[in-house]
Amino acid sequence: MADPVQQFEIVKLFPVAKIGGQEIAFTNSAAFMVLAVVGITGFLLTSTARRAVVPGRMQSLAELSYEFVASTIGSTTGKEGMRFFPFVFSLFMFVLVANLVGLVPYTFTVTSHIIITVALAMSVFLTVVVYGVWKHGLHFFGLFVPKGIPIFILPLIVFIEVLSFISRPISHSVRLFANMLAGHITLKVFASFITLLGGLGAVGIASAVLPLAMVIGLTALELLVAFLQAYVFTILTCIYLNDALHPGH
Amino acid sequence: MATPTAHTEQASGPKVFPPFNSETFASQLFWLAICFIFLFVMMSKFALPRIGAIIDDRQKRISDDLAAAAKAKAASDAAVAAYEQALAEARGRAQAIANETRDKQATESQAARVQIEEDLSAKLAAAEKTIAATKQAAMANVRGIAVDATKAIVEKLIGVSPADAAVDAAVNEALKG
Repeated sequence: MADPVQQFEIVKLFPVAKIGGQEIAFTNSAAFMVLAVVGITGFLLTSTARRAVVPGRMQSLAELSYEFVASTIGSTTGKEGMRFFPFVFSLFMFVLVANLVGLVPYTFTVTSHIIITVALAMSVFLTVVVYGVWKHGLHFFGLFVPKGIPIFILPLIVFIEVLSFISRPISHSVRLFANMLAGHITLKVFASFITLLGGLGAVGIASAVLPLAMVIGLTALELLVAFLQAYVFTILTCIYLNDALHPGH
Repeated sequence: MATPTAHTEQASGPKVFPPFNSETFASQLFWLAICFIFLFVMMSKFALPRIGAIIDDRQKRISDDLAAAAKAKAASDAAVAAYEQALAEARGRAQAIANETRDKQATESQAARVQIEEDLSAKLAAAEKTIAATKQAAMANVRGIAVDATKAIVEKLIGVSPADAAVDAAVNEALKG
């Protein structure tokens, strides 16, 4: 049986540099990141190159992604949130395309590595903290002090609020990472059942239909999950950014 | 790129679950930073302003077209109103002209009729006069003929020519009767 974890292996394609004892290499992960960002940029720029008033299919898709992210920000943070639009849009497109590309057989799923999702979640977390403090000063920390709480349980509430705030990047990143990892492992396990059963003669081939049907169903589900997790990552980003914009509880 | 053969050569040491293999973190972070910053710059500098401009432009076009359509409708409404007013005025004027013409023609024809009637009655009077004169002349001739005839008849009957006075008196008597 093929190792279902093998698909997450990072393969060095060629070394680039050595920084502080850490080797920096161009890996399969890096190749798919480059593919994703070049793909996104290329698609958005070529599909809108004609700037048609009546859009074609590709331009409609580009406009759809724009308006989808814009309305997500608008509904969660209001008009002020649009200053973060390029950031949120980049996050959404990067996660979405990385998730979708990873579903193609023999590719690598960039978002199935926790270091990537942690880095993305930390960039959101730091943006929230830095922008919140820069914009609202100490008032930003009012986020941790809900109004109308009796003074004797206030320390406990503040402690819980701080803890939940700090754990945000963890849940933010683990959710995406775990979904991608689990989905791909499940797909791989069921796919390997097909080849295992297929090697057992006629009866095996007949019964291999079951895991095949399962893989087809799971692939459809994973397509949904790929989109949904990108959306969840984006909407959580918006909700966290809303705290930086409007820290009042 | 992610060839399965490359994996078997690499996994020589103690097997680590790949996502938790910290040896790969530096490379991943390095490339993530480069790729994401590249994506962010391309999105914020080129792609998003362009798409936003396309959408705004379309919105502006639509609202402009709607405004132009509303303006054109107002203009056509005004034109219709002006047309109807002009039509009503023209109709009124036509009515007035028709009435005036009818009155004028009525008076003219009335005058013409009166004139013709006058002419006709004058002619009639003249004709009547002529008839009376002719009749008188005819009657005078009739009397002469009657007198001559009477004289001749009497002469034939009795062989004597009667006196003119007697014949005249007898003819007068007969004509009266």
